Amino acid sequence: MTRFIAVLVALWLPVSASALNVFSCEPEWAALIGELAGDNVEITQATTAFQDPHMLQARPSLIAGARNADLLICTGADLEIGWLPLLLRRSGNPEIQPGSPGYFMAADYVRRIEIPASIDRSQGDVHPQGNPHIHLHPRNIERVAEALADRLAELDPANAASYRANADDFLQRWSDARERWEERAMPLAGMRLVSHHRSFSYLADWLDLDIVATLEPKPGIPPSGAQLSKLLEQLTPAPPAGIIRAQFENERPAHWLSDRLSIPVIEMAFTVGGSEQATDLFSLYEHTIATLEEYRE
Amino acid sequence: MRISTTAIVLLAIGLPAAAANAQVSGDEVAELRQMISEMRDDYERRISELEARLDTAEREARVAKRDAGEAFELAEEAAIQQSSGSSAPNTFNPSIGAVLDGGFTDVGGGWEEIPGFQPAGEIGTGESGFSPGEVEINLKASVDARYFGNVTFALADEEGEVEVEFEEAWVQTTALPAGFTVMGGRFFSEAGYLNDFHFHADDFVDRPLPYQAFYGGRHTVDGIQARWVAPTSLLFEVGTELNWGGSFPATANAESSPGAYTLFAKLGGDVGASNSWQLGLSHVAADAVDRVGGHEGEEEGGAFTGDSDLTVLDFVWKWAPLGNPTVNNFKLQGEYFMRSEDGTFADLAYDGDQEGWYLQGVWQFAPLWRVGLRHDRVDADNGPGLAGTELEDPGRSSHRSSVMLDWSPSEFSRLRLQYTDDQVLEESDSVWYLQYIMSIGAHGAHRF
Repeated sequence: MTRFIAVLVALWLPVSASALNVFSCEPEWAALIGELAGDNVEITQATTAFQDPHMLQARPSLIAGARNADLLICTGADLEIGWLPLLLRRSGNPEIQPGSPGYFMAADYVRRIEIPASIDRSQGDVHPQGNPHIHLHPRNIERVAEALADRLAELDPANAASYRANADDFLQRWSDARERWEERAMPLAGMRLVSHHRSFSYLADWLDLDIVATLEPKPGIPPSGAQLSKLLEQLTPAPPAGIIRAQFENERPAHWLSDRLSIPVIEMAFTVGGSEQATDLFSLYEHTIATLEEYRE
Repeated sequence: MRISTTAIVLLAIGLPAAAANAQVSGDEVAELRQMISEMRDDYERRISELEARLDTAEREARVAKRDAGEAFELAEEAAIQQSSGSSAPNTFNPSIGAVLDGGFTDVGGGWEEIPGFQPAGEIGTGESGFSPGEVEINLKASVDARYFGNVTFALADEEGEVEVEFEEAWVQTTALPAGFTVMGGRFFSEAGYLNDFHFHADDFVDRPLPYQAFYGGRHTVDGIQARWVAPTSLLFEVGTELNWGGSFPATANAESSPGAYTLFAKLGGDVGASNSWQLGLSHVAADAVDRVGGHEGEEEGGAFTGDSDLTVLDFVWKWAPLGNPTVNNFKLQGEYFMRSEDGTFADLAYDGDQEGWYLQGVWQFAPLWRVGLRHDRVDADNGPGLAGTELEDPGRSSHRSSVMLDWSPSEFSRLRLQYTDDQVLEESDSVWYLQYIMSIGAHGAHRF
C-alpha cells in the first residue's frame, strides 16, 4: 500500500523544471521544437503519427499537459477545432490562451492552399482557412521555424541567443536539404496518385505530384461502397501509380481499390514517427521521397 | 595554369617538326619563336576574355537566383497575407450553432414518475408518435481577453405552446493563473460524468434512470463554480459550486446563503497509447424547503423539507487502437448515485435512502456505425412511515435494459434506433425510439 501511494505521488509530482514546457498538438511541431530548442524544453505531444489530429478528444491527460505548458504549438486553421478550444478552457492556464505569446498556430505563418470559395457543410468538413496539413512543404517548415524561433526567444529571453543560433543552423541545413530533395525528386513530377484524404496536398504542390482523386467523396466523409465503385470506374482506363495513405487513415477503402486496380497502396509516414525511418523532419522528407521513388512508374 | 599547358602542347606539336629538318637555320628558329609567342599572347588574351565572361555570367546567375528567391518570398508573403484568416476558433463571432433533436417514439403505457421517488422534473418515456423534440440554439465566444461567454436556449413545443427553456448562460474566466477557473451564471453542474453533457451528446435517446430520479434529467446550478487543475502529469482537478437556484434537489430561497453546495474531484490519465480513463467523485448537499415534485408549474404530491445529500461516483474508460478512433473504438462508462434525505415529507417524519446506477458500453464496429448496451436501475428505501404517499416504498427496484444502434455519416448528423425493455413500473413495457440529431453552424466540441 505504501508503495502504491509512493507511485501515485510520483505520478502527481509537477513535471520537471525545464526552461520551457511545450504542448505540441502534432508530432511535426514537436520535432521542430526539438531542432530549435534541444534540451531546453520539455515536450508534451498530444498526437502520434497514428492518430488523426482532427478527431482527438480533450482527454484528461491532455488537460493536465495543457495546464503545465508555457507554449502551445498547433497547426491551427481549424485542424484542432473540435478539441483545442475546449482543452484551453479546461486547462486553467492563461499563458496559452488565444492572443497570448504562448499560443502559436503554425498555419498563421504559411501560404495556405485549397481555400474554399464558399463554406457549406454539404461540401464536407471544409476548413474556411484552407487545407491545414501544411507540414509536407519544406518552405512552410522554413516559415514556421523562423516565426517559432522568434516566439521562443520572446518567451525565454535568457536563451534567446541559443534559439536564434539553432534556428540559423537548422535553416541552413534545411535549405541545403531542400535543394537536394528538389533536384532528386524532379523525376517524380507528374506522378499520378490517389490519396485517402487531402492530407498530401502541400507535398503534391511542392513536388508537382498529380493527385487524381481522393477516396473520401468530401473532406472528412468516409468513402462509401458506391463512391469507391465510381472511383474504380473512373480510374480503370488509366490507373494511377498508387494510393497514398497516412497511418491513421482507414486502410480498407485503399486496399479495396488497390486490389481491383492492381496498383499498390503506398504507406506514407505522413509525419514524424509515421515510419521507422522518419525519426525527425529531415528523415521524414528523405523517407517520403524515397517511398515515392520506389513506386514511380 | 591553363596558359602554360597550352604553350607546352604547342611546343610539343612544333618540336618534332623542327627536329625532322636538319637544315633549320637560325632565322627560322627566331621566326618560329616569334610565332609561338604571338600565338601564346593571343590565347592568353582570349582565355582571360572567356574567364571574365564566365565570371560575369556566374555573378548574373547568382543575382538572378537571389532575385527569384526574393520574388518567391514576396509572393509567399502576399499569399500568406491573403490566406490569413488567422486560426481563431470562431470564423464568426460569436460562433452560432443549432441542434435539432427529435424523432419517433413507440411506447405502451409509459411513465412520468418513478415509484418511491419524488418526480424531479420533466422525466419519463414520452408519448407515442412523432415529435420535433427540442431545438437547441447556442452562442459562444470570448468576451474579451479575460472571459469566455456561452448562452444556450432550447425551443420545444409544450402542448401546443412554444416553450423557451433557458438552459445555460455562463461566463468563465480564461486569465486566472495557477490552474484556477471561475464560472458564474447558469450552468450544468460537474456532479456526475454525464451531467454537463447536452442531451443530444448522449449515447442513448434518454438519460439513465439515476439522472432522471435524482436530477430530473440534469442538475443545473444558478450560481458560481470554482475549479482548480493541479500541476501534475495525471489530471487531478477539484472544484466547488454554490447554488442559489431552485433546480432539483434544491429549492430556491430568499436568503443570501446558497441552497445547495457541490464538491467534485476528478482524476484521469492514459494507459499506453490506446486507453484513457477518468474517475470522478462528487457530493451535492441541498437544503430543501417545501420541495414539491411534479412537472414545471404543476404542484402535486407532498412537500419535502430537510437535508438532501447526494454522492456520485463515476468512471469512464475509452479504448481505441493506438488512440485512433476512426475505425473502431470502445467506451465503457458507469455511475453510482447514493442519496440520503432527512426531514419531513407531507408533514410526516422522513429519513430515506435511495440509490441508483447505470453501466453502459458503446462499440464503434465500423466507421460511422456504433452499437450500445445499457442497464440502469434505481432503488428507494424510504422506511415504513410514508405509506399512502408518493414516497411509499415500492418494494422493488425500477430498472431497464436498452440497446441502441446509431449511424453518423458525418460529424454533424446522427440517426439512432433504440429499444428499451422498460421495468420502471411493475408492468413491463417495450419502448422503441427512432431519433435524429442534426447540428448546423459551429463545430461541436469533442469532449472526453
